[in-house]
Amino acid sequence: MAQYSTQQFKGGLKIILDGDPYSIVENEFVKPGKGQAFSRVKVRNLKTGRTIERTFKSGDSVEAADVFNLDLQFLYHDGEFYHFMDPASFEQYQASEAAVGDAAKWIQAEDKCDVTLWNGVPLQVDAPNFLISRVTQTDPGVRGNTSSGGTKPATLETGAVVQVPLFIEEGELLRVDTRKAEYVSRASES
Amino acid sequence: MALRGASGVVPDMLAERAALLATLRGEMAARGMLEVDTALLSPAAPSERALECLAVDGAGYLVPSPEHGLKRLLVETRRSLYQLGHVFRAGEVGRWHNPEFTMLEWYEVGASVQDAIDTLGAVLATAGAPALGRQRTYRAVFADTLALDPLTASLDDLEQCAETHGVAPPEASGDRVFWLDLLMGLVVQPRLGAQSPEIVTHFPADDAVLIALDGDDVRVGKRFECFWRGIELANGAQELTDPGLARQRMHREQAARAEQGQAEPPIDERLLAAMATGLPECAGVALGVDRLLALLTGKRCLAGVMPFAWPGR
Repeated sequence: MAQYSTQQFKGGLKIILDGDPYSIVENEFVKPGKGQAFSRVKVRNLKTGRTIERTFKSGDSVEAADVFNLDLQFLYHDGEFYHFMDPASFEQYQASEAAVGDAAKWIQAEDKCDVTLWNGVPLQVDAPNFLISRVTQTDPGVRGNTSSGGTKPATLETGAVVQVPLFIEEGELLRVDTRKAEYVSRASES
Repeated sequence: MALRGASGVVPDMLAERAALLATLRGEMAARGMLEVDTALLSPAAPSERALECLAVDGAGYLVPSPEHGLKRLLVETRRSLYQLGHVFRAGEVGRWHNPEFTMLEWYEVGASVQDAIDTLGAVLATAGAPALGRQRTYRAVFADTLALDPLTASLDDLEQCAETHGVAPPEASGDRVFWLDLLMGLVVQPRLGAQSPEIVTHFPADDAVLIALDGDDVRVGKRFECFWRGIELANGAQELTDPGLARQRMHREQAARAEQGQAEPPIDERLLAAMATGLPECAGVALGVDRLLALLTGKRCLAGVMPFAWPGR
């Protein structure tokens, strides 16, 4: 099993603590001039997202977490699992609802997602930054209002609800920023 | 936005750095101290368990402070001396640590610990820092911050205190020095010197090597440290003059190093020989110049004030 010593600690390093995978957010080297050295690290639990702090004696080692990221294509949701495929190897992966989390409402078939895998199992799914999706429901805009005016909610095919300008109609294709849950522009039919 | 060159430090910072070095030299000269530049490469290394020296293949060790060289020259000149230059410490890399850094270290002949503290206060003020604030003993600082007596607390008390403050390493076991270092470094120190540089005196004697112990209570040494905004800025002491005691303590430290599997560079016989000739009564202070500059200019790390900081270099 691979190990990392405190001298190798740096932001982004993936380690196992108490059986869970963590990512090092920050590592502070602490040493009194006449005393022994410690590493004070801030780590984020990759399963829960919670950040905690830990102290290590300088020179101590921790187990490395087999965590890496892949660009996977979203295939379908079977009601329980979300299925993805590696377009390079055609290998398929299934992600739990917990791993997909909020990304669920921002992904649709064939979209490429950044998937974090731990021991080969999806741990976290990040939706693409931009989504192009069709409006399935929105109330008609009030006549006379133009693009400079207010906004109204619109439901997309993925299930997400975003605020859109009043001139947007049902059936239109929109470009949406998934990180801010914001309407960007109309998208053209490809 | 200021331009950053290949050195990683803006040109203004180089000017501020040069000005600080000139100020420090001026202050030392005004106090009648002679500048010397002892060898940075030494055949021996200080026998201290908490100092790792960089070994140079076939040539010795890069000094972690100019202490030994300065003391050998103190024996010869019997006058106050200082050195302002680079020193090296293996494995110390972080926001406030760089394996190569700039240190001002001086020894005042005939000075007491309080004289050394006063001199440090004057040096810091000349450099632009606020006047020294509180001065408390190590024991008082622990009592105030942790409600714990560092000299009498049991190992269990110390471990419990570290657990309570959420700083105990997993499955850690250690001696008194270990737990005290941990509590000092992670809980006490960050709260010291919030407004102005603060002095902590009478450090536990457990790891004392070349410093004098307190005549009234040999559990503590005549050693102090200065902290500003949670950062250790300087370390000073009344110096040990007894070569026999020095040798004893060096052997104790060598044994501790052996037990921990650390390297065991040879004991500095040249220093012990000089001390046998007669080291004058003196007090010394070592000041981290890069840290001082960073704090004076509001930087949050050493890399902001060093032209070639690790790991980029």
